[in-house]
Amino acid sequence: MSLMAEVNAKAQALGVPISAHLDLTYRCNERCEHCYLEHDDKGEMTTAEIFDVFDQLADAGVFFLVLSGGEPLLRRDFFPILERARALLFNVKLKTNAVLIREAEAQRIRELGVEQVQISVYSHRPEVHDGITKLPGSLKKTLRAIEFLKSQGLKVTIANVLMRPNLLDSPGVQRLAADMGVSYTLDPTITPMMNGDTSLLSMRAPREILREIFRDPSLVGNVEEFCAPPAAADDDALDATPCSAGHTACYITPYADVYPCVQFPLPSGNLRRQKFIDIWRNSPELKDVRSITARNLPTCSSCTHVASCSRCPGLAYMEGNMRGPSTADCEKSFVRTGIPSANMLAKASAATRRTAMPGLVQIRMATT
Amino acid sequence: MNQKYIARSSAIAARKLGDEMIVMSALNSTLFTLNEVATVIWQAADGQTPLSDIVQKAVCREFDVQPELAYQDAEALVNDLAGHGILLVSKQPISTNVPQETR
Repeated sequence: MSLMAEVNAKAQALGVPISAHLDLTYRCNERCEHCYLEHDDKGEMTTAEIFDVFDQLADAGVFFLVLSGGEPLLRRDFFPILERARALLFNVKLKTNAVLIREAEAQRIRELGVEQVQISVYSHRPEVHDGITKLPGSLKKTLRAIEFLKSQGLKVTIANVLMRPNLLDSPGVQRLAADMGVSYTLDPTITPMMNGDTSLLSMRAPREILREIFRDPSLVGNVEEFCAPPAAADDDALDATPCSAGHTACYITPYADVYPCVQFPLPSGNLRRQKFIDIWRNSPELKDVRSITARNLPTCSSCTHVASCSRCPGLAYMEGNMRGPSTADCEKSFVRTGIPSANMLAKASAATRRTAMPGLVQIRMATT
Repeated sequence: MNQKYIARSSAIAARKLGDEMIVMSALNSTLFTLNEVATVIWQAADGQTPLSDIVQKAVCREFDVQPELAYQDAEALVNDLAGHGILLVSKQPISTNVPQETR
């Protein structure tokens, strides 16, 4: 077990929220086509409220802190907030589009000891990237910022979300990252909007593109292992918790709402009314999330993929049931292995029954 | 004996987890865990208190250990952490610019 895995296991055993993700604002200077947020400010936390939240998170044991948005640098108090986070010795990861980062901002970010900066780049081609962000010149500004951050010696990762408008561009972005000497990560997950609107899902990459990605060793490592038929589920797999959401990690909105994860918008408390530690320990919603194991999932427990599926309880929640299947993950398991999930088989069977069954009301006519 | 002063680097993250301290270097993302004794030394590394005082007042009073042996172990720990860039060591008191609150 790696040291990081040991730390996470210890945090889970002690009930410590070792990781927190705080979106400082939902406002943004880009209008990305696939974005799941509403950008109007509906009452963001003040600087003082955020400082208080930081104190509470540090007391609760949070070590890894993601600061994101919206675009976090749109907050006028961004650097005082970052200073406070670092003074409390959080390990800070910053997620940004970097459009507002110039030399001075890059230098300050380095001085404050940010551990890594993750920056969204959708394409190496300006017309595609700027077409997605709806901000002319955004790719140029983002790439310039990456140079500034790199020159400060900061660890930078380019995050490339895959969707229909940039389906063919991931190799180009990957080359761009290599040329710039930064890390690269590809994310094929398009999520519904936080308000439940699922229209964005039509932007998800089609099966044939996922198949190519899952067979690219530069992205998945050992392809044979990654795409291997699923192993039989043993007791350990069936009793495992699905992910860190609500177990060792949580998400906080700019409006002080606490969710299990940014991708799992289950309202579990609000820091304007409750203390963080009370929400973390006593929220019925978080307790419900913690009660989920693979063994008690109605459909997935009998699925051949149960031991290896990346099933996201948040995506399942947004589909209507946190204990149900996440169809995006069913799709990924199928594309990896060629073996349909229990959910896919059940849906196909239901469709067949609907086709085969005679209508309940039938009208027969005959003319003589 | 030459005095040694120790201070935490400003380019680290740290948090107490149970009886251990987890520390990560922002320079190279290396993760460390410090045991209970090492955590006491880490928390006392204010740049102003000599290492010998830290060992005497913080370590020997808390743990049943011989002062000389404790100092040798503490010195080895300090040199190790300094080698990874997460602790500063000096023969003079060290003033740090970044306020740090260890929890």
